[in-house]
Amino acid sequence: MVANAGTRTSGTNFSESLRSFWKKNGENIVLPIIGILGFLVIWQFASMAQLTKLPPPTSLWTDKQTQELLLYPFMDRGGLDKGLFWQTWESLKRVALGYTAAAIVGIGLGILVGTQPKVNKALDPLFQFLRMIAPLAWVPITLIALPNVQTAAIFVIFITSVWPILINTTVGVQQIPQDYKNVARVLQISPTKYFFKILIPSALPYIFTGLRIAIGLAWLAIIAAEIVMSGVVGIGFFIWSAYQNNYVSEVLLAVVYIGAVGLLLDRFMAFLQHKILPTDSRS
Amino acid sequence: MDPYLNHSGKMENMASLNSANSALHFETEPNYGNRISTNGTLGMTQTVQPDIQKTRKISEPGPTSVDPNGFLVVDNVTKVYPTAKGPFVVLDGINLTINEGEFICLIGHSGCGKTTLLNMVSGFNTPSTGQVRLQGQPITKPGPDRMVVFQNYALLPWMTVTDNVYLAVDSVYPDKPEVEKREIVREHLAMVGLTEAADKKITQISGGMKQRVSIARALSIRPKLLILDEPFGALDAITKEELQEELLKIWSDHRCTVLMITHDIDEALFLADRLVMMTNGPSAKIGEVMTIHFPRPRDRARIMEDPEYYDLRNYALDFLYNRFAHDDDE
Ligand SMILES: Nc1ncnc2c1ncn2[C@@H]1O[C@H](COP(=O)(O)OP(=O)(O)OP(=O)(O)O)[C@@H](O)[C@H]1O
Ligand SMILES: [Mg+2]
Repeated sequence: MVANAGTRTSGTNFSESLRSFWKKNGENIVLPIIGILGFLVIWQFASMAQLTKLPPPTSLWTDKQTQELLLYPFMDRGGLDKGLFWQTWESLKRVALGYTAAAIVGIGLGILVGTQPKVNKALDPLFQFLRMIAPLAWVPITLIALPNVQTAAIFVIFITSVWPILINTTVGVQQIPQDYKNVARVLQISPTKYFFKILIPSALPYIFTGLRIAIGLAWLAIIAAEIVMSGVVGIGFFIWSAYQNNYVSEVLLAVVYIGAVGLLLDRFMAFLQHKILPTDSRS
Repeated sequence: MDPYLNHSGKMENMASLNSANSALHFETEPNYGNRISTNGTLGMTQTVQPDIQKTRKISEPGPTSVDPNGFLVVDNVTKVYPTAKGPFVVLDGINLTINEGEFICLIGHSGCGKTTLLNMVSGFNTPSTGQVRLQGQPITKPGPDRMVVFQNYALLPWMTVTDNVYLAVDSVYPDKPEVEKREIVREHLAMVGLTEAADKKITQISGGMKQRVSIARALSIRPKLLILDEPFGALDAITKEELQEELLKIWSDHRCTVLMITHDIDEALFLADRLVMMTNGPSAKIGEVMTIHFPRPRDRARIMEDPEYYDLRNYALDFLYNRFAHDDDE
C-alpha cells in the first residue's frame, strides 16, 4: 500500500484491496466450495447409477412439490400447509423456550453444585446417569409424565440441552483460581459482590462453552420433540410426515433447512461469546 | 530509556565493587557511625576497625521468647501437617517480635516453610500450637488489616487496573462516598506510576505493571501490616530494582509495617531493617536474625560502597549455603 502511494487513485485502491482480500481469503472460499460441489456431484452420480434409492440432489428442483416448497418458503395456506420458513420459525420458538429453561436451570444448578461440594456429591451420579439418555428415549417418558404434548416437547428440548450447561457451569465454578478466592477472603468481600464480581466473570468462559454446545443439542432434539407433539407446524414434524408419505425429496429439503439453521445458531452463539468475553479470558 | 541506562550503570558499578578490595573505597564513602568489618569472606571472625569504639554483632540467634507488647508477635508457633506417613512438622517453635513500622525480610531455602509462616500471619492458615497476635489480638482469619501482595499478583483479569483497586477500596470502605473512593484509587495508582495505564485491562499490561497494581491495591486499603510473598521473583532485574525503590519510598511515606519473603539477599539488604534467616525444614526454626543498619533513605549505590554490605551479604550467604546448605541443591 505504502509503496504505490504516489500513483494511487480510488479505483486502483479498490481493486488493490480486493486483490489482497482474495489473496488472504481466497483459499478459505474456494476450497469449501470445491468440497461441497464434489460431494453433490458424487451423490448425483450415485443416485443416477442406482447405487442408492435416495433421490439425487437435483430432485429438489425436478420434484414438483419440492420445487414449490423451495420457491415459496413464506407461503401459508392455513393449517399444517405452510412454507418451510414458517415451519422452521415455529420450531425455533419451541427450541427457544426449552433452551432458555435449560440455560436458567443449568446455570443456576451448576453454580449451586459447583459451590457446594456436598450437593455435588449427592447429585453428580444422578446427573451422570440422566445425561446419557438420548432425546428419543425421553419421548415416551415425558408423554406419560407430563400433562400435555406442548410441555412434553419443550421438556425434551430442555432435558437434552441442560447437561452441557450444567456440567460446564459446575466445572467453571469449581475452577475459580484459589488466588481470586484468597483476594475475596482477605478483603472480606460480601457474598453478593463475590458472586457478581468474581464468581460469574471467572466462570463465564465455561458457561459460554456449555451454552454453545447446548444450542446445537437443543436444535438436534427438535425432531424428537415434534414427533412427540405430532400434528403441529414445525420442521421436525414436517420431516416426520413427509417420511410417512414417502416424499423423500421433501425430507432432503427439510434436512438442508435444519442443517443451515443449526449452523446459524452455532455461529450466533460464537458471535455472542466473542462479543461478551474478552478474547484472552476465553477458555 | 534514561533510567535504564542509569540502572545498568549502577549494576556495572556493583560488579566492579564486588570484585574489588573494599578497603580501596573506604576513604570515599560516608561515615555511617558504628561499623564493624570482618576478615575473610565468610565473616566468621570479626575484627574491630581501630577508629570505631563500639562493636556490633552482625546477627543474633533466633529469639526464644517474644515481647508480649510487640506490634506483631509470633508466639512459639508450630505447624504440623498430618500426612499419610504421619505428622509432618513444618515449623517448630517460631518466636518473632516485629515492631510497628519495621520492614522485615524473611529468607530461607525453598520448602522450609516461609509461606506457611506468612499464611499464619495473614490468617489463611492457623498454627498447630502457639499464636500469632497483631496488637495483642490473636489472628484467626484473613482481614484487610493484614493485606497480602500475592506472588502471582492475583488480579482479576476481566477488570481494568482501576476496577481492581476500586474493588478493594469499595469492599473495605463500603460507606465512604463514591468520589472519595475514586480519589483513593487514583492517588494510589499515581503513587505506583500507573496513572496512564489506569483504564487498561489487566491482560494488557506487563508483569512489572501487574505487581505495581497489586501493591497499589494492597496499600489503598491502608493495612496495618503489608505482607508480600516473594513479590519480585518473576520480574527482570531492572524492573525488580525499580519496584524495590518504589516500595521503599511508599513504605517510608505510608509508614506501615512490612513482612516480606524473598530469595534475593541483595533485595533484603536494600529493603529490610532486619533479615530473618530460617533453617531448613522439616521442623524449620528461625536460625538467626540480622539487623541491617544502613541509614535511610537508602541509596543503592551508596549502600554497595559500604564494606559492611559485603560483610552482611557474605554472612547471609554463608548461613544459607554453608551452614544450612540445601540437601537436594539445584
Ligand atoms: N497442606 C499441606 N500438607 C502437607 N504438607 C504441606 C502442606 N502445605 C505445605 N506443606 C509442606 O510444608 C513445607 C513448607 O512449605 P512452604 O510453602 O511454606 O515453603 P516455602 O518456604 O514457602 O517454599 P518456597 O520458597 O518454595 O515458596 C513444604 O515441605 C511443603 O511440602
Ligand atoms: Mg513459598
